[in-house]
Amino acid sequence: MVAYALRSFAQAILVLLSVGLIAFSMFRFVGDPVANMVGQEASQADRRELAERLGLNDPFIVQFGRFVRDVAQGEFGISYRHGRKVSDLIVERLPATVELAALSALFATLAGIALGVYTAIRRDGWLAHFIMTTSLVGVSLPTFLIGIGLIYLFAVELRWLPSFGRGETVKIGWWTTGLLTPSGRASLIMPVVTLGFYQLTLIMRLVRAQMLETLRTDYVKFARARGLPEHRIHFKHALRNTLIPVVTIAGLQFGSVIAFAIVTESVFQWPGLGALFVQAVQFVDIPVMATYLLFVALVFVVVNLIVDLLYFALDPRLRSSRALATR
Amino acid sequence: MLTGAKLLVSTLLAVSLLAGAADARTVKWARSGDSLTLDPHAQNEGPTHALAHHIYEPLIIRDNQGKPLPALAESWEITSDPTVWEFKLRRGVKFHDGTPFTVDDVIFSYQRALQPTSDMKSLLSSIEELIRVDDYTLQIKTKGPNPLLPANLTDLFIMSKAWAEKHNATKVQDFKNKEENYAVRHANGTGPFVLVSREPDVKTVMKRNENYWGKSQVPLEITELVYVPIKSDATRIAALLSGEVDFVQDVPVQDIERLQSDQNLRVVVGPENRAIFLGMNVGDPELETSNIEGKNPFAEKGVRHAINMAINRQAIQRVVMRGQSIPTGIIAPPGVNGYTKEIDVIPPNDIEKAKALMAEAGYADGFSVTLHCPNDRYVNDEAICQAVVGQLAQIGIEANLVSQSKSLHFPTLQKNEADFYLLGWGVPTFDSHYIFTYLYHTKTDKEGGWNGTRYSNPKIDEMTASLTEETDLNKRNEIIAEMWKILQDETIYIPIHIQTLAYAMKPDLEIPVDISNQPKLKFVKIKPSKDE
Repeated sequence: MVAYALRSFAQAILVLLSVGLIAFSMFRFVGDPVANMVGQEASQADRRELAERLGLNDPFIVQFGRFVRDVAQGEFGISYRHGRKVSDLIVERLPATVELAALSALFATLAGIALGVYTAIRRDGWLAHFIMTTSLVGVSLPTFLIGIGLIYLFAVELRWLPSFGRGETVKIGWWTTGLLTPSGRASLIMPVVTLGFYQLTLIMRLVRAQMLETLRTDYVKFARARGLPEHRIHFKHALRNTLIPVVTIAGLQFGSVIAFAIVTESVFQWPGLGALFVQAVQFVDIPVMATYLLFVALVFVVVNLIVDLLYFALDPRLRSSRALATR
Repeated sequence: MLTGAKLLVSTLLAVSLLAGAADARTVKWARSGDSLTLDPHAQNEGPTHALAHHIYEPLIIRDNQGKPLPALAESWEITSDPTVWEFKLRRGVKFHDGTPFTVDDVIFSYQRALQPTSDMKSLLSSIEELIRVDDYTLQIKTKGPNPLLPANLTDLFIMSKAWAEKHNATKVQDFKNKEENYAVRHANGTGPFVLVSREPDVKTVMKRNENYWGKSQVPLEITELVYVPIKSDATRIAALLSGEVDFVQDVPVQDIERLQSDQNLRVVVGPENRAIFLGMNVGDPELETSNIEGKNPFAEKGVRHAINMAINRQAIQRVVMRGQSIPTGIIAPPGVNGYTKEIDVIPPNDIEKAKALMAEAGYADGFSVTLHCPNDRYVNDEAICQAVVGQLAQIGIEANLVSQSKSLHFPTLQKNEADFYLLGWGVPTFDSHYIFTYLYHTKTDKEGGWNGTRYSNPKIDEMTASLTEETDLNKRNEIIAEMWKILQDETIYIPIHIQTLAYAMKPDLEIPVDISNQPKLKFVKIKPSKDE
């Protein structure tokens, strides 16, 4: 077990280094940060001097080495755009993204399962047909269009919800949350729905297909033959067996929720990590881009590590075969 | 449910009307991008200065037409020595923290702005010495006569020396440093608004400076100013339509008409001090991106004149800009010293004549070249280039469009790597010298930084240099006129249009378009609401 954890840890470090290396080799294709950092009156000499001072003229492998050395010492540098410590920026923006992503995942899973079960049970009802058709629209519409559509309906026409930002937030230690104020909660609704919509339709269709499959199996037929009430069959027998693949997919999708958050955050001016990254790319803010990519890689690595360890703990077959193999 | 919502909306509306009638008026001001920093000398960038103008003040500001107005200086003039300017400073001004403003703060701020890590240093490069005459008199000695010095000071903000020393902010942000400078998120100026809080990329809150020196001279009716960056065009306009913001500075061209038809909004449109034009590589013996070998078609004046004729500016104005531009025949915007109606000549859009000129120059079959274009810098920049590609095809020039982000586009020009490109140029000093020195002067370490044309004319370089020393304004203007005459004939740039700006706001506000796109909201009067 310990050996396995250590090996996973070593692999994680390797993954992070590779992500950093690939990122640094790409940065020069994004552009020249100096062009954004000085005013138009800056002379050629000033520009060269700044590039030299920032070490931008060094080969990317040298720049990468310097970055790794600084990161190992806990230094992520100063943002070219904000003039602030990158680590401060990430910590400041993290709560907004985590709150948005977690609520979206929750919303997508709960609503997805509920609708999936409903459409499976009432597969020929008009409402089920309507939900299925709408979900097709949801799958094919790009996220930003859904976001803008919601804004025009609920912010401009009905004026129920704010069109941008996070509203009032409450500080708890270094964490900020919008859940404790009315304006914060109102501001969360549209971004959460926008970000979770695609996942919702995916989970709903998966649940429905699995349910239909399970409802055709022999043990459900036997349960019916035994005269068990329908709701018991649906929720106790069918849904439980449906959930295993659904939970796996929903877990894996959490990564893409964070990835799609970039678009949603841009549409709603949501002050999270995604918006920070988009603006960093436009400005060629190398310290922020590098740290963000490293951070996202770290999230994926950690999630995978936890899943690996959980499998290891949960599945006895895996344990014994590994034990055999290592022996 | 619906009636409940309607009731809620009308209650909110009534409340907001009441609030409008009362004395306190909060204005929420939305733009596409945030100010980069509150440190007034760290970034020489439009939106950064636009926000800073509300908290900090320079010695001289400009009104919305670009005319200089006294701010922290009451008057200024050249002394008997033509290399020395004297500024009489305003008395009785206090910084937001209560410390009095004196000449020491000006000297401190200019020295700070001259530090190597400052982005404002090039505007002050002519300064030799800052001389303290008394508490309220400053003399600036320049390296040679510099009649343009005051024009360079309009974005040079004055910080409190005591405050900067107290908070260890005497140095401008160095991006190589590992610590944040105190001045990046804190501010202490003399301006009409006091900083209350700042969350970068989220919002910046300011309240009215009740002790403002100019309180009797300007309306200063806005009691609270909230600056919110909203990047997405659609969201920004939605926030205005829903009433969440009061003033939108960056209105996309395609939304202007729709907003104008809305009774509950006011839209103002006006020219910006910025021309959009094409530049050509006229200096290299051969174009790297062309099918013609051994010679450079752009080196032929006839070819350049032909292109000037082939560009249909009216069509670009109508189709690409939806009427929101002013076609021009010169890259100096109106209002810049040296601009005259006589030299702003748009050649007739005559394809036959242009073809004849091409044939005369030996390019009857045309040629191919790569056109470089930014896609995130000017209004509809990429679409302008697409229109240009179509129009040039009519005279046999096959332009291959490369459009990319400004972070890639601008370095390409500066490194002389583009044969044909689009550029926009604003003139913050409102004098032709600024155009000559950056766009026409031979590229050296100091001058010609934005001249990507490889054009080098010793006579023009010499005349540009003479402009900085000629203190006789009439003589100086004669030189400028002569230079434009030569340069208009040379046609190394193809002027397209003057960009216009659109602001949209609630009807109780009246904010005219600022020619430098830096609206100063202390001038805004709030009209009492007409309802009831």
